Amino acid sequence: MSEAMTSSSEALGAAVAVRAEGASVILGGRMLWSAVDLAVPTGSFVAVLGPNGVGKSTLVRALLGSIPLRTGRLTVLGRPPGAASHEIGYLPQRRSFEPGLRVRGIDIVRLGLDGDRWGMPLMGSSRVSRRARAAAERVAEVIELVGASSYARRPIGGLSGGEQQRLLIAQALVRRPRLMLLDEPLDSLDLPNQGAIAALLARISREHQVTVMMVAHDVNPILPYLDRVVYLAGGSAVEGSPREVITGATLSRLYSAAIEVLETSDGRLVVVGEPEAPHHHSARHDGQ
Amino acid sequence: MSPHLGWNPARDASQLLTYHFMLNALCAGTIVAVMAGVIGWWMVLRRQSFVGHTLAVVGFPGASGAVWLGLSATWGYFGFCVAAATVIAGLPGRPAMGGFSEESSVIGTVQALALASGFLFASLYGGFLNGTTALLFGSFLGVTNGQVWALLAVAVAALGALVAIGRPLLFASVDPYVAEARGVPVRALSFAFVILLGLAAAEASQITGTLLVFALLVMPAAAAQQLTVRLARSLWLSVVIAVLVTWLGLGVAYFSKYPAGFYITTFGFAAYLLAAASRMIAARSGRWGNVMPRTAASLPTAASRP
Ligand SMILES: Nc1ncnc2c1ncn2[C@@H]1O[C@H](COP(=O)(O)OP(=O)(O)OP(=O)(O)O)[C@@H](O)[C@H]1O
Ligand SMILES: [Mg+2]
Repeated sequence: MSEAMTSSSEALGAAVAVRAEGASVILGGRMLWSAVDLAVPTGSFVAVLGPNGVGKSTLVRALLGSIPLRTGRLTVLGRPPGAASHEIGYLPQRRSFEPGLRVRGIDIVRLGLDGDRWGMPLMGSSRVSRRARAAAERVAEVIELVGASSYARRPIGGLSGGEQQRLLIAQALVRRPRLMLLDEPLDSLDLPNQGAIAALLARISREHQVTVMMVAHDVNPILPYLDRVVYLAGGSAVEGSPREVITGATLSRLYSAAIEVLETSDGRLVVVGEPEAPHHHSARHDGQ
Repeated sequence: MSPHLGWNPARDASQLLTYHFMLNALCAGTIVAVMAGVIGWWMVLRRQSFVGHTLAVVGFPGASGAVWLGLSATWGYFGFCVAAATVIAGLPGRPAMGGFSEESSVIGTVQALALASGFLFASLYGGFLNGTTALLFGSFLGVTNGQVWALLAVAVAALGALVAIGRPLLFASVDPYVAEARGVPVRALSFAFVILLGLAAAEASQITGTLLVFALLVMPAAAAQQLTVRLARSLWLSVVIAVLVTWLGLGVAYFSKYPAGFYITTFGFAAYLLAAASRMIAARSGRWGNVMPRTAASLPTAASRP
């Protein structure tokens, strides 16, 4: 059903950063979603929307290569999932550090830069090695970018959820990724901060041709910045521009239920009639 | 021999070093302290103290069994600790951290069984009650040259391995999900670390005794992490505290009739108390107090989208 959307995004002429073809995933014996087709253009800012438990985080983890597909194919930055991990900045959902963790925010960000390299830095290496100095500068730069400089040197366990979240966004950004997969990065931020972070991500996406895929619960604070939306519901997904996807007709088709989308006078979208519980596909559909 | 503590430190030190056994004890203590200071630092960071303690307790039947069979206790410690580490590291646990961490009832059971069978082996050997105390609470008498070399070889190998995996291990320890997404082999690292912890527990047991390994594995690391949040600095500090505590403990034990394990533990505890107190004082005096209020306005705002 999303063929029309796929071809419309290819008509944009941009290369595709994330592609899914007939993808389906089974977790815990249950098919979460199936027949998912996506074509996310390079450099676009995309929100992944949908009710709780529909499989948004699972989609992100499938793109990272940590969950295998049941059927279909995923291509991430032109490669199979997991093969481009060094070019992806990932922020997992709702991760908070133990209150007692005595590691500074700046060290957490630094791990995003070179934490996967073998070996161990000895004390004071930034005074002798040019590479270590460049790394420290890059870390300071992204911390400044997300506005976390004033608390980056405090132990991360003692920071507020929103402060931790900003440092984690810095961590996902630090290696200049070509694709950012952010699972609810705006969680635990207040409304003005949600808008500010979304603006920041949109700017990075536009200036550096970084593709940003961001799972979100509320589309409204980020709506002005979005290029595209992936809406997961009813065991499948639709992709397109926000105005194409967040409509009564598209969502009704997706949920197989009567859905209405109202627009308030200030441009906010309100979805009415979403079924309470996520629509579960049972294992009976496996053969499809 | 009648060691006597005088007021001349140089004379006391030379008294200490006159005896070969004391020299061996100091060498062994230093090696063990360095290894325990480093690996204990990681253990505290990874919240795996319980695992460390279990591994040490499992060393007790290993050592007493080895003595019963006429082998050196050293091999008993290493053999049992590493075998137990292999089993524990393979247990399913927290998905990202690997190994168990919170299954306290299972572990408590294993610890009790280990202590009981250690005591059985000691009884089978017969007339070994002094030896049992030494295994449980530490002894520095009669450290042989061979034992010192064995401790050194194991420590060098373990620390070498740790330096090789240090950075990804740190990533996997504090941020396992992102590390995994980055291609860091989180489970394998966790497995490797528990093995290293088994080696460290076996080493520390030989100086402090099975029941007092925390004196070297936890206290210096915990004290160091209180004193500074800079990673490299607190790691070095942990080693320095462990070595100082060991030297002081062995030195004082030499001049006293009470066991070394007691003194090492007491000095370790004192170091921790001092560190915690100094952190509290630093917090009181507002080292973190001068933080500017943060608002959304401090963020660079993007121009509106076309
Ligand atoms: N490892 C797993 N094994 C079995 N079932 C799982 C596993 N992980 C997730 N699930 C199930 O898959 C479904 C989708 O989970 P997922 O985390 O992707 O949802 P989500 O859309 O991100 O929801 P939320 O908005 O609450 O974050 C849930 O019903 C969850 O219980
Ligand atoms: Mg989720």
